[in-house]
Amino acid sequence: MTIADPFREAGARGWKVVDAATLTADRDIECDVVVIGSGAGGGVTAEILAQAGLKVAIVEEGPLAVSGEFKMREREAYPRLYQESAGRQTLDKEITILQGRCVGGGTTVNWTSSFRTPGRVLAHWSQAYGLAGMTEKDLAPWFARIEERLSISAWNVPPNENNDVLRRGCMKLGLSHGAIRRNVKGCANLGYCGMGCPLNAKQSMLVTTIPAALEHGATLVHRARVQRLVTDGDRLVACEAHGVERNGAPATGRRVRLRARHFVLSAGAIGSPGLILASNLPDPHGTTGKRTFLHPTVVSGAVFEHKIEGYNGAPQTIYSDHFQDAVALDGPIGFKLEAPPIHPILGGITLPGFGADHTRWMTRFPHLQVLIALLRDGFHADSPGGQVVLRSDWPVLDYPIGDYVWEGARRAYLAMAEIQFAAGAQSVMPLHEGAQPATSWREARAAVEGLPMKSLHARVVSAHVMGGCAMGRDPRTSVVDESGRHHHLANLSVHDASVFPTSLGANPQLTIYALCARLATGLAATLKA
Amino acid sequence: MPTRRQFIQVGLAGAALLATARLIDRSEAAPAPNHRFLDATGIVTIAALVPVVLDGALPEEPEARARAIREVVEAFDRAVSGLSAGVQREVDQLFSVLRIAPMRIPLTGLWAPLEESTPEEIAAFLRRWRTSRFEIQRAGYQALSQLTQAAWYGNSDSWTAIGYPGPPRLS
Repeated sequence: MTIADPFREAGARGWKVVDAATLTADRDIECDVVVIGSGAGGGVTAEILAQAGLKVAIVEEGPLAVSGEFKMREREAYPRLYQESAGRQTLDKEITILQGRCVGGGTTVNWTSSFRTPGRVLAHWSQAYGLAGMTEKDLAPWFARIEERLSISAWNVPPNENNDVLRRGCMKLGLSHGAIRRNVKGCANLGYCGMGCPLNAKQSMLVTTIPAALEHGATLVHRARVQRLVTDGDRLVACEAHGVERNGAPATGRRVRLRARHFVLSAGAIGSPGLILASNLPDPHGTTGKRTFLHPTVVSGAVFEHKIEGYNGAPQTIYSDHFQDAVALDGPIGFKLEAPPIHPILGGITLPGFGADHTRWMTRFPHLQVLIALLRDGFHADSPGGQVVLRSDWPVLDYPIGDYVWEGARRAYLAMAEIQFAAGAQSVMPLHEGAQPATSWREARAAVEGLPMKSLHARVVSAHVMGGCAMGRDPRTSVVDESGRHHHLANLSVHDASVFPTSLGANPQLTIYALCARLATGLAATLKA
Repeated sequence: MPTRRQFIQVGLAGAALLATARLIDRSEAAPAPNHRFLDATGIVTIAALVPVVLDGALPEEPEARARAIREVVEAFDRAVSGLSAGVQREVDQLFSVLRIAPMRIPLTGLWAPLEESTPEEIAAFLRRWRTSRFEIQRAGYQALSQLTQAAWYGNSDSWTAIGYPGPPRLS
């Protein structure tokens, strides 16, 4: 079977692709716009700017890895395609963050879940942060444009058993639920999206916008970590990058210096505020890196008599918003329920305990069913999120979990266990160091009510980093304005999830795409004028 | 329950010990041959930890078992070498705690180095850290157990026993 790989003909098509880790001499690049990061925000931005006739350079910290290298093996994929080998953690190690680091960023390794921004989140952004032009109606054409571009549509294939448990449990309990739309074309329902799609069926930035930008003359510099943005007065004039190895260490000591009229930060909600802080850019109100959100996620494992085989079939095709739609945005924290892929490394490290107890769960691996609850942070005064701080010039997220979030995590354990038992689970265990498997909903409820909800007892993970360069009208509480421009540096924009004023309560890729398409279109018009 | 004052004292003692760890132990630290992070003592430390963390999961046959342990140690080493410099420094400090008696004895309860301790003693240490009231010990437990578990379950030799067929073949 031949897989269409747009990069196979990169040489023949004259695409400008530079691997900074193998440079033998320093390199200088001049262009109109430097886009730092090639994920959801950077990819969409680069395509729109390049198509508008601007000379674009994309700088990506991770490697250019293409479909022929995606072998569906965790031990190869995680070190190559993820930040910190998929083991990035918050400052106190409480939360493990799955974040892409490769050309295409998170879009190369995400699980394809595509949701438009919930309407009441947009309404909240308008009311609480004064953002204009961000209603559901305003954004509808941008969503439609991206859905068309990235083939986002209903997935009309029966859910895998891991997801069907969520569907059946919700049906039984009368909880609202639905099917998740996906950005795929020719998907073979393999279930290995998180290790890079070997078929290029996932319509990530790697196979859509980045090739399109290159076709329009953009330059892609990969394995290049931008260390510093260089200012001259109130303008940015350059950014400096050096080639990096997979652990972020300098590769050759060679640097790339990029000069441009305008700079777009799309380095994600840890990288973008981190680079602003590391470059000592103006931050008179100390807003940079504040209010960074994660959708802190807790996990419930169940064992079924029949095989679940959570490693087979598209991950995350069913969701339930029952527990976030049922509560006010600023009430007790709401959560979204989904069913993730289950593979040996992620399963092995997420199941609590060690030794014989842990091994007993692993030997039931094909029978293991897993639900996750993504907690909607940032909407309540007691949910301020975390803060990006620098440790030896390296951005780290400090995100202590407070009682407000813990209370929701306990409710989420209860909700997931009840659904799993309703769907026929033999036993259920919250993934928490203090938990034991329960064999009935009654037993599980009593056990969960007694669990200590504390850091590094409950397993908490996240695959969504948002905020830290909040968009807003008031420079005292935000970092960029409604056009994505930095409040204090006219030729710096931020186009990624870091501009969100709160989390979303939904997987963020489609929100990032649509918002950045709007921001990039505005930026292109300004720069061409 | 410890009083807050006791907590701070123990915390300060722990911090002082960690600060000491930073000053010593790194003089002769060079990775062992075929390793990027672990030195010779690091290798024997993890090799002693592996059969405890993976109790019941490793092959029984002595030769296969020895090879599995060796491969888990190598994969552990590769995983740490892929972490950022800051996190590698923290793992380094964790090794100092496990190696240097004046820190190991009070902080882990292990009188002897791991390679001279029994599996029961190592399991007791892991249980103690797992639910310790000190966040840093819980984090240390999670780092050691998760790096070991990831190193084994990423190895295709572990898959038959758990019934995982491996990724599909693309025809």
